[in-house]
Amino acid sequence: MADRLLCVEKLVRRFGGVLATDNLSLEVAKGELHAIIGPNGAGKTTLISQLTGQLLPNSGTIRFAGQDITHLPAWRRSALGLARSFQITSLLPDFTAADNVALAAQAHNGHSFHFWRAARKESQLRNAALAALKRVGLEHRADVVVSKLSHGEQRELELAVALATKPQLLLLDEPMAGLGITESARMVTLLQELRREVTIVLVEHDMEAVFALADRITVLVYGRVIASGAPAAIRSNEEVKRAYLGDQHVVTRHG
Amino acid sequence: MIASLNARTALVALVAAGLLLLPLYSSITGNIFVLTLFTRIVIFALAAASLNLIMGYGGMMSFGHAAYLGIGGYAVGILANEGIGSGFIQWPVALLVSALFALAVGALSLRTRGVYFIMITLAFAQMAYYIVSGLARYGGDDGLTIYKRSDFGGLINLSSRVQFYYLCLACLFGGVYLIWRIVNSRFGLVVQGLRSNEARMQAIGFPANRYRLVCFVIAGTMCGLAGALLANNTDFVSPAVMYWTRSGDLMVMVILGGMGSLFGPVIGAIVYLLLEEALSQVTEYWALIMGPLLLLIVLFGRGGIVGLLGRLSRG
Repeated sequence: MADRLLCVEKLVRRFGGVLATDNLSLEVAKGELHAIIGPNGAGKTTLISQLTGQLLPNSGTIRFAGQDITHLPAWRRSALGLARSFQITSLLPDFTAADNVALAAQAHNGHSFHFWRAARKESQLRNAALAALKRVGLEHRADVVVSKLSHGEQRELELAVALATKPQLLLLDEPMAGLGITESARMVTLLQELRREVTIVLVEHDMEAVFALADRITVLVYGRVIASGAPAAIRSNEEVKRAYLGDQHVVTRHG
Repeated sequence: MIASLNARTALVALVAAGLLLLPLYSSITGNIFVLTLFTRIVIFALAAASLNLIMGYGGMMSFGHAAYLGIGGYAVGILANEGIGSGFIQWPVALLVSALFALAVGALSLRTRGVYFIMITLAFAQMAYYIVSGLARYGGDDGLTIYKRSDFGGLINLSSRVQFYYLCLACLFGGVYLIWRIVNSRFGLVVQGLRSNEARMQAIGFPANRYRLVCFVIAGTMCGLAGALLANNTDFVSPAVMYWTRSGDLMVMVILGGMGSLFGPVIGAIVYLLLEEALSQVTEYWALIMGPLLLLIVLFGRGGIVGLLGRLSRG
């Protein structure tokens, strides 16, 4: 394989008696768009949260750009170039769209122990914020408070915030969740553009979008990888078909 | 929006002008009491403003903020008692000790959130309360009389009522200005972002607790200054000033005036202490009237007096 940016080995995460991540191994090459699919409760969000540091695994390792990041806190991973969008929109609701993005830019522009100068007047941060907003088509909504943005706009803003951290790897947790048809189409176009600039791990239920976008697809069921490969191979994989037809006993036995 | 801004600006300008001209009024009418009362109010306004920095802007519900009033006060009192009368020594010590206390309390309590944070800050303040109550050499329970106010050489004479009042007022205005700079700075935006959504702030790369801790220390230090002023004002410092109900008073001032607004705590302190003064002249059971009054403001005036004013003028 080409340059491996992300390398997950034998990751395990339990919640009580439930194995949410079961000896999961995964590799993401630099420059690819790697989709992770699987039925509800397959442990997709749990995986993303372990990759970004919101959750710590019980065992296993996560290597990013050659560095072991398994036990690093979320903010350090962000500093290394890992960015995520949340499945359930997670922004600063009482800040404007521009503020949200400018803060992301600020986080990657040295420490923030500056107590005197008005941060909202720093053109460097504002310009970075506007550029990221423009990237997702939200520049006209820059000064609107997040809680007043539509759901679709908030999803786009999530992406702008992630982009403003200048990530090497973008982890997108269901960016199309709750979007209408036109909004979804716009998001797909946007991701088509972004994939040229940054490596993306995409968790998504929208199969049409996944097969349109992905270079490689990994299928999770019950926290385990049951298949990983090019879209065409995944489409014809019997085990995957069974999983999506709901006959998961078969999958479990074969697992 | 414009109208509310104007109403608020007008109120703030009015209050600021009133505070500035108060000694003039006092000397014309010969009413010394009003100057004494407002010196106290201005000091508490500074303490409330400092609490607002962590509580309103930072979302850290500290229930032990009065501890710094006591620490600042005892730093002045103990040094004076030991024969060190210079304010140039007393005050920096008061600030430093307050900062160190805030650093210790913050480092431990900021590992927790919500109710636990409230409880731990309360516990630390009560601990400080019992420690100073046990200082037999410095009056213990009975408190410590300060026979001579801090000496600043020829710079300013704290024994002059008017000079002392203006010093307190300068500290308040300076404190509020500092808070204004802070909340609009990079640091201030991070602290407010953490209040809004901590997980998001961590995900974009901010180590949350470092920023919270520094904010906690700034607020504690500022309140320590209020403590040094308060001790000089009363020529006395006692454990009562750091009792948990005092911390509650400070919280009420902040909430009453408007959490997270720059001048809210100042307005809150003025209204709260004036009400306390007026009602306690009517009846011994003034708290019986004060309680429901506060309840009404909290229920119907979300955002406190400053917030209420905004909505009223918007119609």
